[in-house]
This record gives sequence, structure tokens and C-alpha cells, in this order.
Amino acid sequence: MTTDTGEATMGTEAALATTADDLPPGTTGSERLSALAQQHGALVTLVIAMIIASLTFDTFLTGDNLENMALSSAFLAVVALGMTFVIVTGGIDLSVGSLFALGGVLAAWGSQYGTAVALLLPLAVCGLVGLVNGLLIARSGLAPFIVTLAAMLAARGVLLALTDEGSRTYLVDKGSFFVELGQGSLLGIGVPVWITVALFALGALVLRRTRFGQYVYAVGGNQDAAALMGAPVTRTKVAVYTLSGLCAGLAGALNAAWLASGVTILGTGMELEAISAVVIGGTLLTGGFGFISGSLVGVALLKVIQNVINQIGSLDSAYQQVVSGAFLALVIVAQTWLGRRQRVL
Amino acid sequence: MADVSLARVTVDRDRALRLLQNYGVYGGVMVLLVFNFAFTAHFASAENFRTQAVQVAPVLIVALGMALAIGTEGVDLSVGSVMALSTSLLSLYLGYGPWIATLIAVVGGILVGAANGALIAFVGVQPIVATLALMVGARGLALVLLPQLKDVRNPGMAALGSGDVLGIPYLVLIAAALALLVAFVVKRSTFGRRLLAIGDSRPAARLAGLPVRRVLIVVYVCSGALAAVAGVLATARLTASDPTSLGTLMELSAITAVVVGGTPLSGGRVRIGGTVAGAVLIQLLTTTLIKHDLPPSWTQIAQAVVIVGAVYAARERGKR
Repeated sequence: MTTDTGEATMGTEAALATTADDLPPGTTGSERLSALAQQHGALVTLVIAMIIASLTFDTFLTGDNLENMALSSAFLAVVALGMTFVIVTGGIDLSVGSLFALGGVLAAWGSQYGTAVALLLPLAVCGLVGLVNGLLIARSGLAPFIVTLAAMLAARGVLLALTDEGSRTYLVDKGSFFVELGQGSLLGIGVPVWITVALFALGALVLRRTRFGQYVYAVGGNQDAAALMGAPVTRTKVAVYTLSGLCAGLAGALNAAWLASGVTILGTGMELEAISAVVIGGTLLTGGFGFISGSLVGVALLKVIQNVINQIGSLDSAYQQVVSGAFLALVIVAQTWLGRRQRVL
Repeated sequence: MADVSLARVTVDRDRALRLLQNYGVYGGVMVLLVFNFAFTAHFASAENFRTQAVQVAPVLIVALGMALAIGTEGVDLSVGSVMALSTSLLSLYLGYGPWIATLIAVVGGILVGAANGALIAFVGVQPIVATLALMVGARGLALVLLPQLKDVRNPGMAALGSGDVLGIPYLVLIAAALALLVAFVVKRSTFGRRLLAIGDSRPAARLAGLPVRRVLIVVYVCSGALAAVAGVLATARLTASDPTSLGTLMELSAITAVVVGGTPLSGGRVRIGGTVAGAVLIQLLTTTLIKHDLPPSWTQIAQAVVIVGAVYAARERGKR
């Protein structure tokens, strides 16, 4: 499933050209254009969507609305950040939704022992689940989607076991410093938004400018070639799944701080949202091609669509799922088409 | 000398793994049955077996379609949402009578399956991604059509859900008939042969002149139709349409049943008997844990362990 021969060739070429600027010399205009469309299509769509939304609804481009959107995007964005690394290696992580909820519950429970415990406990547990995912996938060669699907089930099970089958909600002490991490604001912008922006900057730096980042691209482009070149394939894969677990746990903890409680029913379907955001942002699910900033744009685009559907009011929120699904299908079709044009290269 | 003994050990290990993969599921079912006969109160009653069989029927039907998709080296994540869409369509059109409503629900499933198949066969999208998009979209559509739970009061549906022939519920009979049909198609029809050839190696199948695209579309249409039938049957049993929760995590149960039953995720091989046993195994496992007063959280963790164990046992073959 993850190693389709036809897709692998495309991945190799994409690994050579991880952004449009890196395309080999002699690239014709139309090829450059399709590469650009793949990279910046989401951003252009986001800008158009925001212009239309602000012209249609007076309430869209207000400070309150934008701040709400940024805050509610922050948690999904952190999850999508880890997911981007996983998807660039050609894998997928379906456990993030459950880990997000588990992280929130652990943080809320741990907050009674101080902020350090509230932050470190979810990171440790979710990172451990990610590590186990990575080991099973990289060392034992099991299919990523089935391993992480099992982890999704197991993490939800642990969450239920911790909360008396979901009937108990741990609250965070309102005056604690931990709540400040979720509800506080700096220069008028919420702390979670700052944390998200910082993490994305760090993530982009790691993926683009470090040896580890290059290994991530190499593994996603062509795993066998990467191994022959001496890239530590197993270690890289274990690292990305651990990273994804850590991101999901952190997002859950921040969300718990924001809500001041560990809500047990959160996170269902979040893995789909995160994957959609990453794919919409231009990262290829076949691996070897992708960028961190795209995922942020993808998250923003999903939230703008959600916001517009909420503003219309007469539309049921279920339409959001229809639109997201259709949009995702459209993006995938466009990507496959653009990818084919580049393959002719 | 040392080499020879080493080789033999490897062969034995390979054979043991293959045996475990092929027949482990039957062993697991036997172990659980024996355990329950010995330690679970009120397990050995006709009423209990009836309940278990009725509960397993929808999962089994979905797993049949999933087995076909996995046989082509694909997967269908949209099955749970198709069940939800099917229950919504069913309760919307129930005014025209149960037969027409069922027909429309199945057509809905076929359309979703055709969309999956078209994305996979013609556009060349990975199955996991294509069906993911339809999974999100179809659940949303189901909720748009029917925003909340609605009672289904119809004598025809009630008879379907709780009626029986010679003590065997209709649901179980339908599931058994569909399992036989799918087993026959896989083993004895040209379509089944083509499906396995495509799962084994798609380029080879294309070079051999097989209608790869057509077969793939039909596979996902079958999967969608079977999921829709499962949705209709689940609705009949619950006497209510609940598009919010019907079929959630169904894709996981179905994949588990197929994989535990010895069908490799790498395609080219479909074991319907194993799939049936796999669905029964999951059902028995859940029942055992519930009857011994273990909370649902434990059931989920146990199911996760079983999935990983089954895939782990199957991995040697998958590598080839």
C-alpha cells in the first residue's frame, strides 16, 4: 500500500525537487507552473476564500473572529505539524486524535501536581505511544495505517480506563500557571498561537535545514535508495512517529489548559482533519515531497471553511464534513494530476 | 552441518508462522469457545448464540467487502460512513415501502463505491487516501440528510430485524448467504481470479491484458453495496436510524476481521472462511471481556493487541 512502484518513482523525483525553486535546470514553464501550483495552490485558495468571506460577511474580518479562528486552529496545527513529518516519510499516523484526547486528560490530571507534571506527563505517555508505533513500523515492517489504527484504539482505551469509562472529567485549577498557557495572551494574541507559530518555525527549520530533515525526505522519496546511501532509515522512521505522538500530546495538553479541563470526547476524527490539512497544504501522501508552511495554510483553510459554514448559520454543521471531504478529494485529484505532469520531466 | 540445521530451523519457523497465519484464527475461536463454556455463566444457551450471531452479522457483511478491497492490495476506509449514509437514506425513503427504501440505500452505497473506485482506478489515487475523503464526505452527507436519531417504525423492517426461519434470524441467514456468494465469486469466477491477479501484481495484470480499472471499480462498488446492506440490517435490528454513531470504527473492525482471518494486506490472496472466523473471533473476544465485567476500555485495548498480533504474524509472508 505504501510502496506502490509507480508512486515510488514519482517520490524519487520529488525528493530531488522538494520545492519549486529546486527544480533541475531545463525545466519548462508549464512544469514550473504545475510545481508552483502544487506548492502555493493552498495559499492562493486561502487568500481567495478569505477575500470572499470578508466581502460576504461583515463579521468575518473582525478582530474577535480572527482571534477565535487562530486559537481554535492552534491545536489542530500542532497535530498537523507532527503529521507532516510522518507523511513526508510516506507513512500515516491515525492515532493522533486519540493521543490528543489522552494528552488532554493526562495534563488535566497531572495539573494538580504542578505545571511541569501537567506538561511532561502527556508528552512522555504520547511520545511513548509514538515510539512504539515507530518501532513496530520501522523495525517489524508493519503497515503504518494498521499499527496506528490499533494505537488509536488502544490510546482511547487507556483514556477510558483512566476516566471511569469516560464519565469523569478532571478539572484544571483556574488560577494555576498551566491555565495561563492555554488562556493567557501576549500582545493581544493567545499563548497557544505563539507556541504554535514558534513550533512551526522550528519544524520548518528542522525539515529544511538539518541532516535529520534531509533523511526524512530521503526515506519518503525512496526508502531503499536512502538505506543504500547510508541514511538511518529505521531511526528516522521511529523519530517521526515519536515526534507525531509528542505533537499530539502537546496539542492535547494545551487544549486542556485552554478549556481548563480534560474533556474525554475530544479528538475523534481529528486524525482525518490533520491529514486533510497536510494534504491540502501540498504535501504528497506518497512521501518525499512536502513542506511545513503548507500544513499551516491547510489548517487555516479548513478553519476558514468551517467558520464560513458556521456564519451562514442556516447550514447545518454537517455540511462542513461534506465540503471538507469534497475539497480533500479535489485536492488529491489535482495533486495526482500535477504530479503526473512533473513526472514527464 | 551448522548451516543445514540453521536452514531447517528457519523453514520450521516459516511453516509455523504460515500455519499460525492460516489457521490461528480458528484456534483462537476454539480457545475462546472452550474458555467461555468452562468459565462463563449462561454462555451455552441457544439465546446467547442467537444474540452473538445477530451482532456479528453486520460486521461480517462489511468485512466481506473489505476482504475484496484488501485482496486487490487496497483498503476501504469509507465503509462505516456508507453504513451511516445507508441508514439515513433508508429512513428518508421508508415512506415508499421497505423494499424501495432498501434499494435506494444500496444504490447510495454503490455510488460511494463507484466514486472510490473511480478515484483509485482512473485518477490513480492511493486507496487509503481516496476512501478517506469519501469517509469524511459520506458521513457528512448522512448527517445532512438526517441530522439526528430517528425511530424506524415499519413492520417490514421490524420483521427483518427480529424475525427468523427455523430459529435462525434473517440477519444471520443473509450474512451467511452473502459470505457463500462472495466465497464463490473469489474462488470460482473469472472476476475473482482477475481480482487476485491484480492484487498480486497490478503491472503484471495490466500487461496480461486484464481489465484492471473495471475490476477495481467493481471491487469498490461491491464493498460499498455490502456496507450499505450492513447499514440496512443494523438499522432493522436497532429499529432506529442513527447516522451520528452507526458504523463508527466499523472500518477498523472489518479490517481486523479480514487481517486476523489470514488475508495479507499485501493483496493477491483472499480468505473468506478466515474472514468469517475473524469476525466471530472479535465478537467472542468482546463478549468474553464484557461477560467477565471488564470495562469497554479493556475491550478496545485487547482488540488493538489482537490486530497488531495478527499483522505481526502475517508480516513474513507480506515481505516475500
